[in-house]
Amino acid sequence: MSVEGHVLANAVIALLLAACAGLAVVIHRSELWRAAAVELWRRRPIALLVVAVYLVIAALDSISWVGGGEVGEGGDVLAMHQPRSLIDRLFPLDFDEKSYSAPLASVEFYGGDPLDHPGRHLLGTDILGRDVLHVMLDGTRIALLVGGFTSLLVIPLALLVGVSAGYFGKRIDDVAFFVMSVLMSIPDLLLLIALIMAMGRGPLQVCIAMGVTSWVGFCRIVRGETFKLRELDYVEAARALGVSDLKLIWRHILPNLMHLVVITFVLTFSGLVLSEAILSYLGIGIDGSWGQMIDQARDELARDPIIWWNLAAASAALFGLILAVNFVGDAVRDVLDPRTLRERQ
Amino acid sequence: MLAYIVRRTAYGFVTLIGVLLLLFVLFFLYASPHEMARRAVGEKAPPEVLEQWIVNHGYDKPKVWNPEHPFDTLLVEHFRRALSFDFGRGDADGTPITQRLREGMGPSLALAVPSFVFGLLFSVALALFVAYFRETYIDRMGVIVCVLTMSISTLLYIIGGQFLIGKLLRWFPISGFDASPSVIVRFLMLPLVVSLASGVGGSVRFYRTVFIEEGGRDYVRTARAKGCGDLRVMTHHVLRNALIPILTRTVVVIPFLFTGSLLLESFFGIPGLGSLTVDAVQGNDFATLRALVFIGSLLFIGAQIATDVSYSLVDPRVRFE
Repeated sequence: MSVEGHVLANAVIALLLAACAGLAVVIHRSELWRAAAVELWRRRPIALLVVAVYLVIAALDSISWVGGGEVGEGGDVLAMHQPRSLIDRLFPLDFDEKSYSAPLASVEFYGGDPLDHPGRHLLGTDILGRDVLHVMLDGTRIALLVGGFTSLLVIPLALLVGVSAGYFGKRIDDVAFFVMSVLMSIPDLLLLIALIMAMGRGPLQVCIAMGVTSWVGFCRIVRGETFKLRELDYVEAARALGVSDLKLIWRHILPNLMHLVVITFVLTFSGLVLSEAILSYLGIGIDGSWGQMIDQARDELARDPIIWWNLAAASAALFGLILAVNFVGDAVRDVLDPRTLRERQ
Repeated sequence: MLAYIVRRTAYGFVTLIGVLLLLFVLFFLYASPHEMARRAVGEKAPPEVLEQWIVNHGYDKPKVWNPEHPFDTLLVEHFRRALSFDFGRGDADGTPITQRLREGMGPSLALAVPSFVFGLLFSVALALFVAYFRETYIDRMGVIVCVLTMSISTLLYIIGGQFLIGKLLRWFPISGFDASPSVIVRFLMLPLVVSLASGVGGSVRFYRTVFIEEGGRDYVRTARAKGCGDLRVMTHHVLRNALIPILTRTVVVIPFLFTGSLLLESFFGIPGLGSLTVDAVQGNDFATLRALVFIGSLLFIGAQIATDVSYSLVDPRVRFE
């Protein structure tokens, strides 16, 4: 990655953190959202904490700068001039071994040569001698990039198209509905593959392709709900009082869509991360993702004796994130959707 | 009714045209034939080789507008090929695509149909069971197990299944395929088990919600009041009325069936459409990929029309204007 690359990443993470802070202020100010947040915390404290840990790791892994650290004798001096993140700095600069080593082992797995760092690789090393724990932690950033960043790109676009289609109807709706039905009629994974193949491989391309596939789902939900909201009495009343369309959408439609956006966001998230794993298997995923680690580990189970730590580390990290997000997602839906609340009572 | 089917089919056809247009934009306008040629023959290939590749694969025509022969363009060619199911030859190895599609259909269906049918029966039965014990520990455990199984990547199910059942226990062969009826079951068992395990969690949870929602309705209370047993209420009243959401879900699953078997087929060495897709991706075979996307959409649009029509069969409330 070039120098500009890591500066850009730092800027993006700063922007995201600022957005999170802004969101927290908004939630704190609105009574209903605050009540929902408190209820969510009451129901799923552990899952929320787990998600928070993943978020912190990803954030720390996104803040990087050049310099610092010392290279031991015979180490790679070039590595000193690469930008390294806060997570990278938890590990020594020349932490790599030559090939596989088991967790906490002091000799290489095949051959039994002594390691440079005996007993210090908590999860062993992979075929290139990289520390598995380090690679696993780096994967967190990719996973959240795929799930979170994509959604952040898509939500404003889906709101724009969905609301204008649902609110204004007629020609706009015809066009929007046609585009949606075209995209919907291509099976998700095939559409993803086709988009990535046409655009070329790379993290941004994968995010855009995933954005297109998840856009349809968001947009359909927003459009349907706007249809319903438009006919409600209070919207009619506002219109009768002479409120302009734009103000009506801003004050009366959008706030009543936000709970659906939050629910859909959380429920889509895990699907996105899981499909990245499938893309990695096809060789068109993002470098350094857990999916790629799992894919590489395929052959390692066929070896004798088997190498399990690579697969186990990536699967456990992936499973932990998806499970926590799934639990949070269910709780978010229960808390925010008045329909399920009614069914409960 | 007939008018509805005709109108629905017409819209489906228009959607299919939209899919073809999207494919044209993606694979001819956005990624130009030059780009495809470069990826196929390598970055460092001399320009003559690139040109030769483009001519050999018939990508040397004007894209949209040809003033001399208005119908001799890539756009027309693209539509003609798709709509006549004559997809030409693959970009990678030059085999006829239509023939490979026809050959792949059989093995794909041999895996997809049983896994679909068993998956549906199994998850509906399991969901009925869980819903029958609603608000007990069985129900709560069931939901947690569902969420747990949903959170595992399909890749892990396949790798784990191959390792555990194929390598350690040696019950079934790890991979391979043979169409003769006596052996085919042995090869299909392992992918079938894996696809059941990976898909059942989500479906059970969905059907459980449906059954519990239906179970709270007035007609259920009436049935109880006239002395129906719990089991009879479940199978004769709740299940029948839950058929519509089940039907909707079933069609939603069909494209996932196609994509799910993409992984299964390629891991287990089943020479179906899924393996063909994987090969096309890894071999930069754009022509085959276009054909597969087209076929996938065609199947999905057909399935959607079939569901909409079959609504009228299960739900007399649904009327077509």
